[in-house]
Amino acid sequence: MSKTAPEVPDAGAVWAAQNTTPSDIEEALRHLLQEQHARDGAHAPARVLNLVVIVDRDWRGEIMNRLEQVGRYHASRTIVCAVETGRQTIDASVAMTIGGDVEGDLHLTRERVLLDLGEKHLAKLDTIVDPLVVTDLPTLVWSPHGHPEAVDALLHMAQVVLVDSVNEPDPTSALRRARELAREVYVVDLAWLRTTPWRERVAATFDPPRWREELFTIDGVTIRHGPESSVAGLLFFGWLGSRLGWKPGTLTTVNGTARGTAHGRRDDITLALESDAGQSVPGLAGVEIHTSSGMSISLDRGPGGLIARRRDRKGNEQSWTVLGASRGEGGILGEGIRQALLRDPAYRRALDCGEALLR
Amino acid sequence: MAVVEHENPLVEGLERLPVHPTTLVIFGATGDLAHRKLLPAIYNLAHEGALPERFNLIAVSRSDMENDEYRRLARESIAKYSRRQADEQVLDKLLEQVRYVPGTFDDDSVFESLGQELGKFDQEAGLPFNRIFYLSTSPAFFALIIEKLGEHGLQRHDDADVRVVIEKPFGTRLAEAQDLNRQVLSVLDESQVYRIDHYLGKETVQNVLAFRFANGMFEPIWNRNFIDYVQITASEDLGIGSRAGYYDSAGALRDLVQNHMLQLMTLLCMEPPVTFDADEVRDEKVKVLHAVAPPPPEDVVRAQYTAGMAEGKDAVGYLEEEGVPDDSRTETFVALRLEVDNWRWAGVPIYLRTGKRLARKVTEIAVTLKPVPHLAFEAEGSVGVQPNHLVLTVQPNEGVSLSLGAKIPGTRLRIRPVNMEFLYGTSFLSQSPEAYERLILDAMRGDPTLFTRDDEVEAQWHIIDPILESWGRDETPLAEYAAGSQGPEEASRILAPGHRWRAI
Repeated sequence: MSKTAPEVPDAGAVWAAQNTTPSDIEEALRHLLQEQHARDGAHAPARVLNLVVIVDRDWRGEIMNRLEQVGRYHASRTIVCAVETGRQTIDASVAMTIGGDVEGDLHLTRERVLLDLGEKHLAKLDTIVDPLVVTDLPTLVWSPHGHPEAVDALLHMAQVVLVDSVNEPDPTSALRRARELAREVYVVDLAWLRTTPWRERVAATFDPPRWREELFTIDGVTIRHGPESSVAGLLFFGWLGSRLGWKPGTLTTVNGTARGTAHGRRDDITLALESDAGQSVPGLAGVEIHTSSGMSISLDRGPGGLIARRRDRKGNEQSWTVLGASRGEGGILGEGIRQALLRDPAYRRALDCGEALLR
Repeated sequence: MAVVEHENPLVEGLERLPVHPTTLVIFGATGDLAHRKLLPAIYNLAHEGALPERFNLIAVSRSDMENDEYRRLARESIAKYSRRQADEQVLDKLLEQVRYVPGTFDDDSVFESLGQELGKFDQEAGLPFNRIFYLSTSPAFFALIIEKLGEHGLQRHDDADVRVVIEKPFGTRLAEAQDLNRQVLSVLDESQVYRIDHYLGKETVQNVLAFRFANGMFEPIWNRNFIDYVQITASEDLGIGSRAGYYDSAGALRDLVQNHMLQLMTLLCMEPPVTFDADEVRDEKVKVLHAVAPPPPEDVVRAQYTAGMAEGKDAVGYLEEEGVPDDSRTETFVALRLEVDNWRWAGVPIYLRTGKRLARKVTEIAVTLKPVPHLAFEAEGSVGVQPNHLVLTVQPNEGVSLSLGAKIPGTRLRIRPVNMEFLYGTSFLSQSPEAYERLILDAMRGDPTLFTRDDEVEAQWHIIDPILESWGRDETPLAEYAAGSQGPEEASRILAPGHRWRAI
């Protein structure tokens, strides 16, 4: 929705080769940059972040489309490794894109490297990718179609791994994998980022001093989530629990709803995690929080933001809209790329607490 | 994990900290600033989910219209001036919370209606909203509106904060600024007053602080021992457009130097604050202003543009601009030489220069270092050796460049200057928010760091007022410069020997 100019390919700056090598690709990148600068000195290469993406060859187009929709948050150099079953050699293409998003008379250029390679290359993918990243920039790795051996091979040269825990087959393995990765690198989890507006709103609701004390009387939390997004609900629970000092109990699932308790400083807290079949997008569908004093607040998706409802201990109810535009899945991915340059200390603790609920 | 009861434990790690529910009141809500800047800024904050959890807007202006009519105008302004395309659902919900109160600012019934609307919002929500009164009016109404707020008891609110944002210019002379401060502070505490200088909301202006205080390599040379002189330039390629009425009464000195350029100078020259607490930062800025003596007349040059070429087209002179009196002596260009008389800066000239209809639009701070004490390459004919320049560009092409001497390829050891450049746009993913987005949010959060304090604004006027005083007595013809040029030749008069203006 931004009014900034879209990325467009620089027609004069493309290179492709079959059965090539990383050093040839790296040389091509250098030449293309030099040629582009010689043609037009008003182009300045973006130097923010390397993004290495490992995808199945058949789904490369879909991932490329998603990367096109990240708004301003394009990596400076994107290296897409498309994995093809049985492939023995490496084919590559390099293209420069031009964005119109620098004020004044300069244009940012970014580089995109597409590699076609085989499964045999994945365990040593670092030897192929390392020569291609811009030195001294942080490197973000994203592997939306699995291929954990490729991610593991890149961990020593990456600073950040992007995951989407809702894509893992089950919440337990999703949180376990995220925790394993978090021991080695900083993890940006799209499932966590989808909870951000909800976390911000709950934090804001309890921020006025007259309501802050109610935080410590919470005795019930119900989370509704998209059918594949229970892990987002777990992370939200984990966030509340880790911030409020709850000791997590165990969740058990009956008829699609996970229930359990956590132990707070004053009360036990009942937890419920419900799947909402009516929600078509990943993430949370609603949050409801009760306190022992009889107050409850809820947040649900609505037009123009989240619909907030507050019921006080006397049963009086109010409703209002907390304004905010939906970021869409393209926006979430863009936010994931942006977050690779920041650090959120709350995620690790939420992850630990959320995982404890599953033990 | 230890939980501190009096803090909100949920905010750790959140990029957007909670803001107390707020009702924002804009006086002058049909004016140009409201339509071009304030309403789009509020929409963008709403779009990003950065507004308080509960937010209302009350627009106050003279035009007689209903709520819906104002909402329609606001929708048009946001569509036209917002930095992003509006999401209709967010915009609809935002406009639902907008009320319009018509009337003149001297009319008590306006403030009674305003009080009722504010009270209704509180009552409906069952909690007292913070109140921000944004004075986006002619400066002539600032004192009156604040007086009326006081008379109607709107300057305080039980269990909530009341803040007043005052647009520039804050006075046109020192005495006027002092009077206005007295009137404002007879109703409000200084902690409630947010004097806005939108320059301070610009990311690149704040970057001056980051550049100085987050990089150890510059601090050792940031003083009179290494710096030869400083130039701060804010040039415009445009003329005055349709702003003759305002501009002819203000002039370049009041329009840009008294506020924006002195702010840039304080950020460049201030000592490192102990923390970035609002008063710590502002204390350091005020110390710089107190160390600057008003420049003598010979260190100030003023001029007017005459006909010339701008952007390849004929451009009329200032006196031919529509709405400008034939005998106007308003300066469209001013250059001055200041010195910050303290241990760090004594003896280092600080040149300020601003003007309309100059060759290019640029705002920059250029720091020229002293030349090397001995030039070993002289025998090889190194005519190109120049002192290093460190240039902080605020707009456009925000960035930092450092000129260095480098060897020209070849068999002889000959030197010429080259530039090492850093552009902010190449190194960050995020789009900078508009200055007004940042400042409105800061006012709602109660963070006055980027707003001007009473003693700060008066210290600025202490430097500028004597210049205006001397100009009032001076009847010599103004210097002139052709539209589209580098400015008047007379500007070189204030430079110390060996110093020169950078090309605009």
